[in-house]
Amino acid sequence: MIVERPRDLRIKKIAAHGFMIIFLILILFPFFMVLSISFREGNFSVGSIIPQNPTLEHWVLAFGFDYTRDDGSVISPPYPVMLWMWNSIKIGLAAGLGVLAIATISAYAFSRIRIKGKAAMLDGLFLIQMFPTTLALVAIYAIFDALGEVSPVLGLDSHMALILIYLAGVTLHIWTIKGYFDSIDTALDKAAAIDGATPWQTFRHIFLPLAVPIMSVVFVLAFIGFINDYPIASVLIRSESQMTLAVGSRLYLNEFKYLWGDFAAAAILSGLPITVVFLIAQRYLVSGLSDGAVKG
Amino acid sequence: MSSIADTPIANGPAWPRLVMVGLGTLVLLFAAFYLYQLAQPLFGAILLAIAVGFAIIFGANRFYGARFIFPGVAAVLVFIAFPVIYTIYIGFTNYSSFNLLSYERTIEVLTSRGAVDPATEQPFAVAQDGEAYRIWLPEAGLLSDPVSLQGPDSANLAPAEAPASLLERREAIKLRSGLQGLSLTSPDGTIIQNAGLRTFASVTPDYVRTGPDMLTKADGTILTANHQTGFFEDETGAQVPPGWRVNIGWGNFERVFQSEGIRGPMIGIFVWTFVFATASVALTFALGLTLAVILQWEHLRFKAVYRILLILPYAVPAFISILVFKGLFNQNFGEINLILNALFGISPNWFTDGTLARVMILIVNTWLGYPYMMLLAMGFLQSVPEDHKKAAALEGASALRVFFTITLPQIIPPFLPLLIASFAFNFNNMVLIFLLTRGLPDVPGTVIPAGETDILASFTYRLAFDNAGQQFGLAGAITLLIFLAVAAISYANFVAMRRAAQKRAGR
Repeated sequence: MIVERPRDLRIKKIAAHGFMIIFLILILFPFFMVLSISFREGNFSVGSIIPQNPTLEHWVLAFGFDYTRDDGSVISPPYPVMLWMWNSIKIGLAAGLGVLAIATISAYAFSRIRIKGKAAMLDGLFLIQMFPTTLALVAIYAIFDALGEVSPVLGLDSHMALILIYLAGVTLHIWTIKGYFDSIDTALDKAAAIDGATPWQTFRHIFLPLAVPIMSVVFVLAFIGFINDYPIASVLIRSESQMTLAVGSRLYLNEFKYLWGDFAAAAILSGLPITVVFLIAQRYLVSGLSDGAVKG
Repeated sequence: MSSIADTPIANGPAWPRLVMVGLGTLVLLFAAFYLYQLAQPLFGAILLAIAVGFAIIFGANRFYGARFIFPGVAAVLVFIAFPVIYTIYIGFTNYSSFNLLSYERTIEVLTSRGAVDPATEQPFAVAQDGEAYRIWLPEAGLLSDPVSLQGPDSANLAPAEAPASLLERREAIKLRSGLQGLSLTSPDGTIIQNAGLRTFASVTPDYVRTGPDMLTKADGTILTANHQTGFFEDETGAQVPPGWRVNIGWGNFERVFQSEGIRGPMIGIFVWTFVFATASVALTFALGLTLAVILQWEHLRFKAVYRILLILPYAVPAFISILVFKGLFNQNFGEINLILNALFGISPNWFTDGTLARVMILIVNTWLGYPYMMLLAMGFLQSVPEDHKKAAALEGASALRVFFTITLPQIIPPFLPLLIASFAFNFNNMVLIFLLTRGLPDVPGTVIPAGETDILASFTYRLAFDNAGQQFGLAGAITLLIFLAVAAISYANFVAMRRAAQKRAGR
């Protein structure tokens, strides 16, 4: 590229690294604090960044075990974090797989099969996708309140209801996968058709194997989205044993019962798996995000 | 492109598929019928529509292509389009915690209330008599005629010996709904009813249904059903709760636009929603782009390390990060104020001062959102041709000049739809507002709870779910107003998308 004077270059390098390091310190500050708080005694955060009397109390509680303090008193876990995490994972997996199945099949149809009114339907899906489900919360509440009288499985406080609502989040993912299918050479499905394959067989044996990378991206994105949902879950779920992590975590920082230390340990514990999955998948996530978003 | 007409649709005979489709349709139809029976005609109708759609699309060969998209479209229609329409419908009703029930349920509730005459109150037991039951009143020594306990019923009591065997109390409790509809006439003519889990007594009902839309109170007052307000009212217009849901037309909208106590805070919230969404997009975009440009610089080392560390805020689940910040910003024992206090001797009231609370929300949202912009910018920056930049630099343009005249104009078009989408996302970013401030601090002197940091969506949520008088109707009306705003945004995004796609295709 352009030749730069070595002295200018060195100053620029120092400036860039300096900026990066100061910025990172600011950005990573919350992470260090939470880690430190989780090892601190008590539930208030007075103390230095490196805990003076480190304790594992909050961690033991976060894993759901009783903790015996030095003076012999036994502390019980305030909330069932592991149960909440399991609820979140269960709902995320079920809804994620459902979304994946619906989105992949629909995307294939939108990309390859001739359907009347396809363009209009695609436009409609795109417009609807902009309306977040959170806006229809009042109706969702009323609907499931009424359905609960038919069967509690479909009513408030049920995981099934939550999964059904999450399935509606399929639109964005149809677009992402369709963008991927559009980039596959049409010669492939023509060849399959000449060999006598039905569209379903073409999908099942040609497109599905090809779509594995984009499907894993969509699955991770959908899964993370469902784990992160707060508004819908908070409206539909009421009892403590049915809560997801996002709904339950809030209880820790109640004005009248402020469990800062316990929250810190529980937060690290429950955030870790998702963070790891995300960091592994991030390269593919980016291409998935921008491909799906921009291909018209 | 292959079309359906010249490709074989399915191998093998058609009848196994038709049998499956028939069975599936039958199951759906049965479910629809079941819902009708349970007084849920709306859901019954939806299931009926799904059943018909399923039968047509999977039964007839000419709709082969639609089979693939049927599940997706059905899910969107049932779980997005229907709730949206239903929300708008609720916006035209008085549905609230005062008008929660249906008309029939309201009458049931009112007529089932009554004053128990303590003089006649006595314990009872239930005896099985073949398929039917008899009620045994040990104190009076009376036994009833056999009753089925299936809905409202009446029977006479007659003196008798105690039955040989009586049901256990928990068995009797299972029959409660049947017992409640039962009235017994003793030999002296008094009518007694089930007055609790353990007793029968003569009950004077507070209200008796005396006409199609009329109830008579115990003291003789006549109440008529007012289907405009959804309440039973006496001549003076005094309302008797509970009420039922009725259609009140534009009433909720009139309240929104005419009541100063609602309109005032709503305008404030509307403006803040736009400021919040715009500022969030601008800040995250500027920061993300700056970082991406620095990370692209070829002379920078440790790029991979920087990148992973910079992405971390995006990787951690948002609800955890937001709650972490809620703790860190805490006025009295939050780390941020501890540090500010140690360095500058100040400790701002992040949660009780409206302006500071808004600043805090923007800080947290920028922290949460910049990695997404950075990741996208890194992708788009790669598509800017290197020789354009080189040429400009050779002409003597400074690095900043190159960035603003060459790079930025090239990445804005593909970025635009994503910026609008991000705007729409923040426009409804309930998770952030809810977990961080819950919309607080409240604006003083308003009719309905409205917070300084409330955005439209969280304001609606609080109206519907968070305060004592759950105002679903009003919330539905405001939701419709938000829909209109979102529709405008999504149309803008749609147009921007199209332009970006055309530009790509043209290149």
